[in-house]
Amino acid sequence: MTIRVATPGFFTTVQDLGRYGYAHLGISPAGAADPLSFRIANRLVGNNESAPALEMTLLGASLEFDESAIVALTGAACECKAGSAQVPANAAFDIPAGAVLQCGSVTDGARCYLAVQGGFEIPLCMGSASTFVAGHFGGFKGRRLQGGDVLGIRQHGSLRVRSLRPRALESLRAPQALRVTKGPQEDWFDPEAFEKLFTSAYTVSEQSDRAGVRLKGEVVRPREQSELLTEGIALGAIQVPPDGQPIILFVDQQTTGGYPKIANVIAADMHRVGQLRPRDEVGLVEVSIAEAVQMLDQQEHWLTEIFVP
Amino acid sequence: MKIIPASDSSLLIVFGDVISPALHQRVMALFYALQDWHDSRIRNLHPGYASLLIDFDPLRLTHDELSLVVQQLALASGDDADTPAKAVVIPVCYDAKFGPDLFDVAQHAGLSPEEVVQLHSSPTYLVYFLGFSPGFVYLGGLPEALHMPRLATPRPAIVGGSVGIAGSQTGIYPVDSPGGWRLIGRTPVRMFEPEATPPTRLQPGDRMKFSPIDRATFEEMKRGAEARLR
Repeated sequence: MTIRVATPGFFTTVQDLGRYGYAHLGISPAGAADPLSFRIANRLVGNNESAPALEMTLLGASLEFDESAIVALTGAACECKAGSAQVPANAAFDIPAGAVLQCGSVTDGARCYLAVQGGFEIPLCMGSASTFVAGHFGGFKGRRLQGGDVLGIRQHGSLRVRSLRPRALESLRAPQALRVTKGPQEDWFDPEAFEKLFTSAYTVSEQSDRAGVRLKGEVVRPREQSELLTEGIALGAIQVPPDGQPIILFVDQQTTGGYPKIANVIAADMHRVGQLRPRDEVGLVEVSIAEAVQMLDQQEHWLTEIFVP
Repeated sequence: MKIIPASDSSLLIVFGDVISPALHQRVMALFYALQDWHDSRIRNLHPGYASLLIDFDPLRLTHDELSLVVQQLALASGDDADTPAKAVVIPVCYDAKFGPDLFDVAQHAGLSPEEVVQLHSSPTYLVYFLGFSPGFVYLGGLPEALHMPRLATPRPAIVGGSVGIAGSQTGIYPVDSPGGWRLIGRTPVRMFEPEATPPTRLQPGDRMKFSPIDRATFEEMKRGAEARLR
């Protein structure tokens, strides 16, 4: 079966859970910006949680299904219809053969995920189906989807559709400061810099994308402008360029860099970074590394608990 | 050697704070040792000039466990590890069409363009690491006479394969991109091929030399590379 893209939306790409093992060649992981919603979408339709699926940013796509299919939409809220019928969010549902799934504006977040039972048929590039648009590789022809693109769906045996417990995802959308650990250059910054970082509200800049989320607000600067030898950068690192406006390095990040890193978003909160929209306000709050790992562990546990057994 | 938790999922191993082949050898020894370790809990290795960032799955490996492994491997491998590093020759056409800044670099250095080409293509460069973008190499060994600040205003579009100079660095733009390096030539070799194994022509730790070629050879090699792609 195939899906034809009638309109591609604002920025729609094929993603999976990322491309690992190539950072030493300058290749960032890419992958779903909100991996939690991505995994939930795949689990709902019965797929392996890393099966290739669509990430739609700010404005969704319209897709024509040539055969009936089972799909699920997760992530930010998005008005979607199949023909004239409203379709549910965060639940698997049927699309009849020949129907058009129309996804509208994404609200209450930045990205919406569409998983189709079986998963999209995408050749792996360096072990992953994720699109890295800046490098023109991975995903569907190394680029965002365009009108007229035709994507295949993998043949599959019987897969068990799953459902979420009532109100299972409420905690996800509650506004909350991003939790961060101190960064590798924490000793470059005075306590006052951390004070500013942890007490002010930052605004997400329009210049943000999958490579980096730029924050506007209180200026933070290292004690002195020394040169840092270019070194590897962790996912979610918060680097401070000379203008003092922090940047959260995100899934399509550069793999190395020379700006000091004051903090790092915890792994359990990366999905929240993926849902930040331009002009959103965001605060930062410190946790220890041990707490951060525990939060990730709890999140993994939560992910198994939210489904009806 | 300092071991710093850079995030809840990574450790940064810092060997020093200067650019030196000796420190780099220690980075690479640990890099190779960790690659040979083949541990699926380790997801990515990011070598830098004098450091190595290790990205791992914190639910299956703790910072303390990894820290111990790193200390043991660093002891065992020392700094004279057998390396899979290669010696690679990258052909470059220093024609004015490909090197619009060659004349400025020559003037800045007080040399003739021919002398710049000679000087640029004589050293054996060390590939310290790849980073910033896919296939982008950080090379050490540019003769001091050729050091020159980057352009005040970056060019909006640079053709992949362009060879340039920025400060004390020389390098090759792997794919079409904007950039502020002074362009002195271009290689017909594709530095980054996502479908190839390995996907990049150079690996961290490799040694490389630029070898001057004329326009006719450039065009011929370029046609060869494109035919291979089809």
